[in-house]
Amino acid sequence: MGLIEKSRIKSPWILHFDNSSCNGCDIEILACLTPLYDVERFGMVNMGNPKHADVLLITGPVNRRTARVLKNLYAQVPDPKIVIAVGTCASSGGVFHNCYNVLGGVDKVIPVDVYIPGCAARPEAIIDGVVLALQKLASLRGDKK
Amino acid sequence: MIDQLITVIVALIVAPLIGGLLFGFDRKITARLQGRYGPPIIQPFYDFFKLLGKQHIAVSKLQFIWIYGYLTFMVVSLLFLVLKLDILLLVFLLGFAGVCFVLGAFSTKSPYAHFGANRELLQILAYEPVLLFLALGVYAQNGSFLISEIFKQDKPLLFTLWPLFIAVLFILTIKMRKSPFDISTSHHAHQEIVRGTVTEYSGPYYALIQLVEWYELVLLLGIIALFWTNPLWVGILIALGAFILELLIDNIAARLTARWMVRLSWSVGLVLGIINIAYLYLTKGVA
Ligand code: SF4
Repeated sequence: MGLIEKSRIKSPWILHFDNSSCNGCDIEILACLTPLYDVERFGMVNMGNPKHADVLLITGPVNRRTARVLKNLYAQVPDPKIVIAVGTCASSGGVFHNCYNVLGGVDKVIPVDVYIPGCAARPEAIIDGVVLALQKLASLRGDKK
Repeated sequence: MIDQLITVIVALIVAPLIGGLLFGFDRKITARLQGRYGPPIIQPFYDFFKLLGKQHIAVSKLQFIWIYGYLTFMVVSLLFLVLKLDILLLVFLLGFAGVCFVLGAFSTKSPYAHFGANRELLQILAYEPVLLFLALGVYAQNGSFLISEIFKQDKPLLFTLWPLFIAVLFILTIKMRKSPFDISTSHHAHQEIVRGTVTEYSGPYYALIQLVEWYELVLLLGIIALFWTNPLWVGILIALGAFILELLIDNIAARLTARWMVRLSWSVGLVLGIINIAYLYLTKGVA
Protein backbone atom coordinates (compact mmCIF):
# COMPACT_ATOMS: atom_id res chain seq x y z
CA MET A 1 0.00 0.00 0.00
CA GLY A 2 1.46 3.34 -1.02
CA LEU A 3 1.82 6.40 1.14
CA ILE A 4 -1.15 8.14 -0.41
CA GLU A 5 -3.45 5.12 -0.03
CA LYS A 6 -2.44 4.78 3.61
CA SER A 7 -3.01 8.46 4.25
CA ARG A 8 -6.41 8.19 2.63
CA ILE A 9 -7.52 5.74 5.31
CA LYS A 10 -5.93 7.80 8.05
CA SER A 11 -7.57 11.08 7.21
CA PRO A 12 -11.17 10.90 6.04
CA TRP A 13 -12.70 14.35 6.06
CA ILE A 14 -16.42 14.33 6.37
CA LEU A 15 -19.11 16.46 4.82
CA HIS A 16 -22.42 16.15 6.59
CA PHE A 17 -25.54 16.93 4.62
CA ASP A 18 -29.08 16.81 5.91
CA ASN A 19 -31.70 16.21 3.23
CA SER A 20 -34.95 16.32 5.09
CA SER A 21 -34.35 14.19 8.12
CA CYS A 22 -36.11 14.52 11.44
CA ASN A 23 -32.69 15.64 12.84
CA GLY A 24 -32.38 12.45 14.89
CA CYS A 25 -29.55 11.10 12.76
CA ASP A 26 -27.86 14.50 12.59
CA ILE A 27 -27.66 14.66 16.35
CA GLU A 28 -26.05 11.23 16.36
CA ILE A 29 -23.46 12.32 13.80
CA LEU A 30 -22.58 15.31 15.94
CA ALA A 31 -22.40 13.00 18.95
CA CYS A 32 -19.51 11.23 17.19
CA LEU A 33 -17.46 14.40 17.55
CA THR A 34 -17.97 14.72 21.30
CA PRO A 35 -15.34 13.55 23.80
CA LEU A 36 -17.19 10.26 24.32
CA TYR A 37 -16.71 8.99 20.76
CA ASP A 38 -14.09 11.49 19.53
CA VAL A 39 -13.75 10.45 15.89
CA GLU A 40 -10.89 12.90 15.45
CA ARG A 41 -8.59 10.23 16.87
CA PHE A 42 -9.05 8.43 13.55
CA GLY A 43 -8.26 11.63 11.71
CA MET A 44 -11.90 12.28 10.85
CA VAL A 45 -12.76 15.94 10.71
CA ASN A 46 -16.19 17.38 10.11
CA MET A 47 -15.67 19.75 7.18
CA GLY A 48 -18.18 22.34 6.16
CA ASN A 49 -16.81 22.58 2.66
CA PRO A 50 -17.46 19.96 -0.04
CA LYS A 51 -14.20 20.85 -1.77
CA HIS A 52 -12.20 19.59 1.19
CA ALA A 53 -14.26 16.49 1.92
CA ASP A 54 -13.66 12.81 1.16
CA VAL A 55 -16.71 11.25 2.73
CA LEU A 56 -20.28 12.43 2.31
CA LEU A 57 -22.44 11.56 5.30
CA ILE A 58 -26.02 12.00 4.24
CA THR A 59 -29.05 11.82 6.49
CA GLY A 60 -32.74 11.84 5.72
CA PRO A 61 -34.81 11.02 2.66
CA VAL A 62 -34.26 12.91 -0.57
CA ASN A 63 -37.08 15.22 -1.52
CA ARG A 64 -37.60 17.11 -4.73
CA ARG A 65 -35.87 20.19 -3.43
CA THR A 66 -32.80 18.65 -1.87
CA ALA A 67 -32.14 16.31 -4.82
CA ARG A 68 -30.67 19.22 -6.77
CA VAL A 69 -28.53 20.35 -3.84
CA LEU A 70 -27.33 16.83 -3.21
CA LYS A 71 -26.23 16.36 -6.83
CA ASN A 72 -24.43 19.69 -6.71
CA LEU A 73 -22.60 18.80 -3.50
CA TYR A 74 -21.65 15.40 -4.87
CA ALA A 75 -20.15 17.02 -7.95
CA GLN A 76 -18.11 19.40 -5.81
CA VAL A 77 -16.37 16.72 -3.76
CA PRO A 78 -13.06 15.83 -5.45
CA ASP A 79 -12.42 12.18 -6.32
CA PRO A 80 -11.85 9.68 -4.78
CA LYS A 81 -14.97 10.06 -2.67
CA ILE A 82 -17.33 7.87 -0.72
CA VAL A 83 -21.01 8.34 -0.01
CA ILE A 84 -22.57 7.00 3.18
CA ALA A 85 -26.32 6.96 3.78
CA VAL A 86 -26.90 7.37 7.51
CA GLY A 87 -30.13 6.07 8.99
CA THR A 88 -33.12 4.25 7.62
CA CYS A 89 -34.49 7.36 5.93
CA ALA A 90 -31.35 7.97 3.91
CA SER A 91 -31.17 4.29 2.97
CA SER A 92 -34.72 3.77 1.78
CA GLY A 93 -36.91 6.73 2.64
CA GLY A 94 -37.89 5.18 5.96
CA VAL A 95 -41.00 6.54 7.60
CA PHE A 96 -41.25 9.25 4.96
CA HIS A 97 -41.20 6.93 1.96
CA ASN A 98 -44.76 7.58 0.83
CA CYS A 99 -44.80 11.33 1.20
CA TYR A 100 -45.81 13.30 -1.88
CA ASN A 101 -42.56 15.25 -1.98
CA VAL A 102 -40.14 12.45 -1.15
CA LEU A 103 -38.18 10.66 -3.85
CA GLY A 104 -36.85 7.93 -1.54
CA GLY A 105 -33.38 6.97 -0.36
CA VAL A 106 -30.18 8.81 -1.27
CA ASP A 107 -29.38 6.14 -3.91
CA LYS A 108 -32.22 7.49 -6.02
CA VAL A 109 -30.04 10.49 -6.79
CA ILE A 110 -26.36 9.67 -6.32
CA PRO A 111 -24.46 6.35 -5.98
CA VAL A 112 -24.21 5.22 -2.36
CA ASP A 113 -21.30 3.11 -1.09
CA VAL A 114 -22.35 2.24 2.45
CA TYR A 115 -25.77 2.09 4.09
CA ILE A 116 -26.03 2.51 7.85
CA PRO A 117 -29.37 1.28 9.19
CA GLY A 118 -31.03 2.48 12.37
CA CYS A 119 -33.58 5.03 13.43
CA ALA A 120 -31.64 6.90 14.59
CA ALA A 121 -28.35 5.28 13.59
CA ARG A 122 -26.21 4.93 16.71
CA PRO A 123 -22.83 6.69 16.81
CA GLU A 124 -21.14 3.28 17.06
CA ALA A 125 -22.93 2.21 13.89
CA ILE A 126 -21.89 5.41 12.14
CA ILE A 127 -18.23 4.92 13.08
CA ASP A 128 -18.48 1.28 11.91
CA GLY A 129 -19.97 2.44 8.64
CA VAL A 130 -17.21 4.97 8.06
CA VAL A 131 -14.56 2.32 8.76
CA LEU A 132 -16.24 0.04 6.22
CA ALA A 133 -16.30 2.88 3.74
CA LEU A 134 -12.59 3.51 4.31
CA GLN A 135 -11.75 -0.03 3.30
CA LYS A 136 -13.50 0.68 0.05
CA LEU A 137 -11.80 4.05 -0.29
CA ALA A 138 -8.38 2.41 0.08
CA SER A 139 -9.14 0.12 -2.83
CA LEU A 140 -10.26 3.01 -5.04
CA ARG A 141 -6.67 4.24 -5.62
CA GLY A 142 -6.25 6.93 -8.22
CA ASP A 143 -8.25 5.29 -11.00
CA LYS A 144 -11.32 7.39 -10.28
CA LYS A 145 -9.29 10.56 -10.77
CA MET B 1 28.99 29.38 -0.62
CA ILE B 2 28.69 25.61 -0.26
CA ASP B 3 27.83 26.14 3.41
CA GLN B 4 24.99 28.44 2.48
CA LEU B 5 23.69 25.98 -0.10
CA ILE B 6 23.62 23.22 2.48
CA THR B 7 21.82 25.51 4.95
CA VAL B 8 19.22 26.31 2.30
CA ILE B 9 18.59 22.68 1.43
CA VAL B 10 18.41 21.59 5.07
CA ALA B 11 16.02 24.45 5.87
CA LEU B 12 13.78 23.61 2.92
CA ILE B 13 13.48 20.00 4.03
CA VAL B 14 13.52 20.29 7.81
CA ALA B 15 11.21 23.32 8.20
CA PRO B 16 8.05 21.61 6.90
CA LEU B 17 8.81 18.53 8.99
CA ILE B 18 9.04 20.63 12.15
CA GLY B 19 6.03 22.72 11.13
CA GLY B 20 3.90 19.64 10.45
CA LEU B 21 4.85 18.06 13.75
CA LEU B 22 4.04 21.28 15.59
CA PHE B 23 0.61 21.37 13.96
CA GLY B 24 0.06 17.72 14.94
CA PHE B 25 1.09 18.62 18.48
CA ASP B 26 -1.37 21.50 18.34
CA ARG B 27 -4.25 19.18 17.43
CA LYS B 28 -3.29 16.70 20.13
CA ILE B 29 -3.01 19.34 22.86
CA THR B 30 -6.27 20.95 21.77
CA ALA B 31 -8.03 17.59 21.91
CA ARG B 32 -6.61 16.89 25.37
CA LEU B 33 -7.72 20.28 26.63
CA GLN B 34 -11.22 19.45 25.41
CA GLY B 35 -11.21 16.06 27.12
CA ARG B 36 -10.72 14.12 23.89
CA TYR B 37 -8.01 11.67 22.92
CA GLY B 38 -7.01 13.42 19.72
CA PRO B 39 -5.39 12.35 16.45
CA PRO B 40 -1.83 11.03 16.21
CA ILE B 41 0.95 13.62 16.16
CA ILE B 42 1.74 12.87 12.53
CA GLN B 43 -1.86 13.46 11.44
CA PRO B 44 -1.00 16.62 9.42
CA PHE B 45 1.28 14.50 7.21
CA TYR B 46 -1.50 11.98 6.58
CA ASP B 47 -3.77 14.88 5.62
CA PHE B 48 -1.09 16.31 3.38
CA PHE B 49 -0.44 13.12 1.43
CA LYS B 50 -4.11 12.33 1.16
CA LEU B 51 -4.76 15.76 -0.33
CA LEU B 52 -1.90 15.25 -2.79
CA GLY B 53 -3.64 12.13 -4.09
CA LYS B 54 -6.96 13.85 -4.70
CA GLN B 55 -8.37 15.30 -7.85
CA HIS B 56 -8.10 19.06 -8.04
CA ILE B 57 -11.01 21.07 -9.23
CA ALA B 58 -9.94 24.32 -10.84
CA VAL B 59 -12.13 27.32 -10.23
CA SER B 60 -9.82 29.93 -11.70
CA LYS B 61 -6.43 29.78 -13.38
CA LEU B 62 -5.14 32.86 -11.64
CA GLN B 63 -5.64 31.22 -8.27
CA PHE B 64 -2.79 28.81 -8.96
CA ILE B 65 -0.36 31.59 -9.80
CA TRP B 66 -1.13 33.29 -6.50
CA ILE B 67 -0.79 30.11 -4.50
CA TYR B 68 2.64 29.46 -6.00
CA GLY B 69 3.52 33.08 -5.27
CA TYR B 70 2.42 32.58 -1.67
CA LEU B 71 4.65 29.52 -1.39
CA THR B 72 7.63 31.20 -3.05
CA PHE B 73 7.53 34.36 -0.95
CA MET B 74 7.10 32.38 2.23
CA VAL B 75 10.02 30.09 1.41
CA VAL B 76 12.24 33.02 0.40
CA SER B 77 11.50 34.84 3.64
CA LEU B 78 12.36 31.70 5.56
CA LEU B 79 15.65 31.55 3.63
CA PHE B 80 16.30 35.17 4.62
CA LEU B 81 16.05 34.04 8.21
CA VAL B 82 18.28 30.97 7.97
CA LEU B 83 20.87 32.77 5.84
CA LYS B 84 20.80 35.62 8.38
CA LEU B 85 20.08 38.35 5.86
CA ASP B 86 18.10 41.55 6.19
CA ILE B 87 15.18 41.50 8.64
CA LEU B 88 13.46 44.49 7.03
CA LEU B 89 13.35 42.75 3.66
CA LEU B 90 12.11 39.63 5.41
CA VAL B 91 9.16 41.56 6.82
CA PHE B 92 8.33 42.94 3.37
CA LEU B 93 8.56 39.50 1.77
CA LEU B 94 6.25 38.15 4.42
CA GLY B 95 3.85 40.96 3.55
CA PHE B 96 4.01 40.02 -0.13
CA ALA B 97 3.25 36.42 0.80
CA GLY B 98 0.16 37.56 2.69
CA VAL B 99 -0.97 39.67 -0.24
CA CYS B 100 -0.60 36.69 -2.61
CA PHE B 101 -2.80 34.67 -0.29
CA VAL B 102 -5.45 37.40 -0.32
CA LEU B 103 -5.33 37.79 -4.10
CA GLY B 104 -5.64 34.03 -4.49
CA ALA B 105 -8.90 34.17 -2.55
CA PHE B 106 -10.09 37.25 -4.48
CA SER B 107 -9.41 35.57 -7.83
CA THR B 108 -12.33 33.19 -7.35
CA LYS B 109 -16.01 34.01 -7.50
CA SER B 110 -16.99 32.50 -4.19
CA PRO B 111 -18.47 35.02 -1.74
CA TYR B 112 -17.03 32.97 1.12
CA ALA B 113 -13.52 33.34 -0.24
CA HIS B 114 -14.10 37.09 -0.67
CA PHE B 115 -15.24 37.36 2.93
CA GLY B 116 -12.14 35.54 4.04
CA ALA B 117 -9.93 37.70 1.82
CA ASN B 118 -11.38 40.91 3.24
CA ARG B 119 -10.75 39.68 6.73
CA GLU B 120 -7.26 38.50 5.83
CA LEU B 121 -6.55 42.03 4.63
CA LEU B 122 -7.58 43.29 8.04
CA GLN B 123 -5.25 40.73 9.62
CA ILE B 124 -2.39 42.01 7.49
CA LEU B 125 -3.30 45.54 8.52
CA ALA B 126 -3.13 44.42 12.13
CA TYR B 127 0.22 42.60 12.15
CA GLU B 128 2.31 44.19 9.43
CA PRO B 129 3.03 47.50 11.28
CA VAL B 130 4.15 45.61 14.37
CA LEU B 131 6.57 43.51 12.33
CA LEU B 132 7.92 46.69 10.76
CA PHE B 133 8.44 48.13 14.22
CA LEU B 134 10.30 44.98 15.16
CA ALA B 135 12.68 45.55 12.25
CA LEU B 136 13.09 49.21 13.28
CA GLY B 137 13.68 48.16 16.88
CA VAL B 138 16.41 45.78 15.78
CA TYR B 139 17.96 48.62 13.81
CA ALA B 140 17.77 51.01 16.74
CA GLN B 141 19.48 48.44 18.94
CA ASN B 142 22.17 47.12 16.61
CA GLY B 143 22.51 49.87 14.04
CA SER B 144 21.91 47.30 11.32
CA PHE B 145 19.01 45.40 9.82
CA LEU B 146 21.14 42.30 9.30
CA ILE B 147 20.13 39.21 11.23
CA SER B 148 23.77 38.11 11.30
CA GLU B 149 24.43 41.26 13.34
CA ILE B 150 21.91 40.05 15.93
CA PHE B 151 23.88 36.83 16.24
CA LYS B 152 27.10 38.76 16.90
CA GLN B 153 25.70 40.53 19.98
CA ASP B 154 26.40 39.00 23.36
CA LYS B 155 23.45 40.64 25.04
CA PRO B 156 20.11 39.11 23.94
CA LEU B 157 17.65 41.43 22.24
CA LEU B 158 15.03 40.44 24.80
CA PHE B 159 16.60 42.68 27.47
CA THR B 160 16.21 45.88 25.51
CA LEU B 161 13.35 44.95 23.19
CA TRP B 162 11.01 43.26 25.66
CA PRO B 163 8.03 45.55 24.89
CA LEU B 164 8.39 44.60 21.23
CA PHE B 165 8.63 40.96 22.28
CA ILE B 166 5.20 41.25 23.91
CA ALA B 167 3.88 42.94 20.78
CA VAL B 168 5.25 40.14 18.60
CA LEU B 169 3.68 37.52 20.87
CA PHE B 170 0.44 39.38 20.40
CA ILE B 171 0.58 39.29 16.63
CA LEU B 172 1.72 35.67 16.65
CA THR B 173 -1.90 34.84 17.47
CA ILE B 174 -3.08 36.85 14.48
CA LYS B 175 -0.49 35.38 12.17
CA MET B 176 -1.14 31.80 13.27
CA ARG B 177 -4.86 32.44 12.83
CA LYS B 178 -5.66 31.21 16.31
CA SER B 179 -8.49 32.23 18.62
CA PRO B 180 -9.32 35.01 19.51
CA PHE B 181 -8.09 36.17 16.10
CA ASP B 182 -8.93 33.23 13.81
CA ILE B 183 -10.89 35.57 11.63
CA SER B 184 -10.04 34.90 7.99
CA THR B 185 -9.98 31.12 8.29
CA SER B 186 -10.00 28.93 11.34
CA HIS B 187 -8.13 25.71 12.08
CA HIS B 188 -10.78 24.21 14.27
CA ALA B 189 -14.10 25.58 13.10
CA HIS B 190 -14.45 24.10 9.64
CA GLN B 191 -17.97 25.27 9.02
CA GLU B 192 -17.78 28.96 9.73
CA ILE B 193 -18.44 31.04 6.64
CA VAL B 194 -17.49 27.77 5.13
CA ARG B 195 -13.73 28.19 5.39
CA GLY B 196 -12.80 31.75 4.57
CA THR B 197 -9.77 32.26 2.38
CA VAL B 198 -9.12 28.58 1.68
CA THR B 199 -12.68 27.74 0.59
CA GLU B 200 -11.88 27.40 -3.08
CA TYR B 201 -8.71 25.35 -2.83
CA SER B 202 -9.10 21.62 -3.20
CA GLY B 203 -6.90 18.55 -3.40
CA PRO B 204 -3.18 19.14 -4.08
CA TYR B 205 -3.53 22.91 -3.90
CA TYR B 206 -5.01 22.73 -0.45
CA ALA B 207 -2.06 20.52 0.47
CA LEU B 208 0.17 23.31 -0.80
CA ILE B 209 -1.57 25.79 1.51
CA GLN B 210 -0.84 23.52 4.43
CA LEU B 211 2.78 23.29 3.37
CA VAL B 212 3.00 27.09 3.36
CA GLU B 213 1.43 27.18 6.82
CA TRP B 214 4.13 24.85 8.10
CA TYR B 215 6.85 27.04 6.66
CA GLU B 216 5.15 30.09 8.09
CA LEU B 217 4.94 28.64 11.59
CA VAL B 218 8.64 27.77 11.58
CA LEU B 219 9.47 31.23 10.26
CA LEU B 220 7.44 32.97 12.96
CA LEU B 221 8.91 30.88 15.75
CA GLY B 222 12.33 31.56 14.22
CA ILE B 223 11.68 35.30 14.43
CA ILE B 224 10.76 34.89 18.08
CA ALA B 225 13.93 32.88 18.67
CA LEU B 226 15.91 35.90 17.40
CA PHE B 227 15.18 37.59 20.71
CA TRP B 228 17.74 35.35 22.38
CA THR B 229 20.45 34.27 19.99
CA ASN B 230 23.33 33.69 22.39
CA PRO B 231 23.04 30.77 23.04
CA LEU B 232 20.41 29.99 20.42
CA TRP B 233 18.81 27.11 22.29
CA VAL B 234 17.41 29.55 24.87
CA GLY B 235 15.74 31.42 22.00
CA ILE B 236 14.32 28.19 20.62
CA LEU B 237 12.96 27.30 24.05
CA ILE B 238 11.35 30.75 24.28
CA ALA B 239 9.80 30.22 20.85
CA LEU B 240 8.41 26.82 21.86
CA GLY B 241 7.09 28.36 25.07
CA ALA B 242 5.39 31.05 23.00
CA PHE B 243 3.86 28.34 20.80
CA ILE B 244 2.42 26.47 23.78
CA LEU B 245 1.13 29.72 25.27
CA GLU B 246 -0.57 30.33 21.93
CA LEU B 247 -2.30 26.93 22.09
CA LEU B 248 -3.55 27.67 25.58
CA ILE B 249 -4.91 31.05 24.54
CA ASP B 250 -6.47 29.43 21.48
CA ASN B 251 -8.42 27.06 23.68
CA ILE B 252 -9.56 29.43 26.38
CA ALA B 253 -10.43 32.45 24.25
CA ALA B 254 -13.54 33.16 22.24
CA ARG B 255 -13.26 34.88 18.90
CA LEU B 256 -13.20 38.67 18.69
CA THR B 257 -14.48 40.66 15.78
CA ALA B 258 -12.10 41.89 13.10
CA ARG B 259 -12.51 45.46 14.27
CA TRP B 260 -11.43 44.57 17.77
CA MET B 261 -8.46 42.73 16.39
CA VAL B 262 -7.17 45.81 14.57
CA ARG B 263 -7.91 48.07 17.55
CA LEU B 264 -6.16 45.80 20.02
CA SER B 265 -3.16 45.02 17.91
CA TRP B 266 -2.63 48.67 17.07
CA SER B 267 -3.16 49.94 20.58
CA VAL B 268 -1.03 47.24 22.23
CA GLY B 269 1.45 46.48 19.46
CA LEU B 270 2.08 49.92 18.07
CA VAL B 271 2.19 51.70 21.42
CA LEU B 272 4.64 49.17 22.83
CA GLY B 273 6.69 49.37 19.64
CA ILE B 274 6.84 53.16 19.59
CA ILE B 275 7.70 53.44 23.28
CA ASN B 276 10.38 50.82 22.85
CA ILE B 277 12.03 52.46 19.87
CA ALA B 278 11.73 55.96 21.29
CA TYR B 279 13.40 54.81 24.49
CA LEU B 280 16.22 53.19 22.55
CA TYR B 281 16.81 56.32 20.51
CA LEU B 282 16.75 58.52 23.59
CA THR B 283 19.15 56.41 25.61
CA LYS B 284 21.54 55.53 22.82
CA GLY B 285 21.26 58.76 20.91
CA VAL B 286 21.25 57.08 17.51
CA ALA B 287 20.26 59.58 14.89
S1 SF4 C 1 -33.76 7.39 10.32
FE1 SF4 C 1 -35.09 7.96 12.03
S2 SF4 C 1 -33.86 9.35 13.25
FE2 SF4 C 1 -32.88 9.20 11.26
S3 SF4 C 1 -33.73 10.91 10.10
FE3 SF4 C 1 -35.00 9.13 9.68
S4 SF4 C 1 -36.68 9.26 11.15
FE4 SF4 C 1 -35.05 10.61 11.87
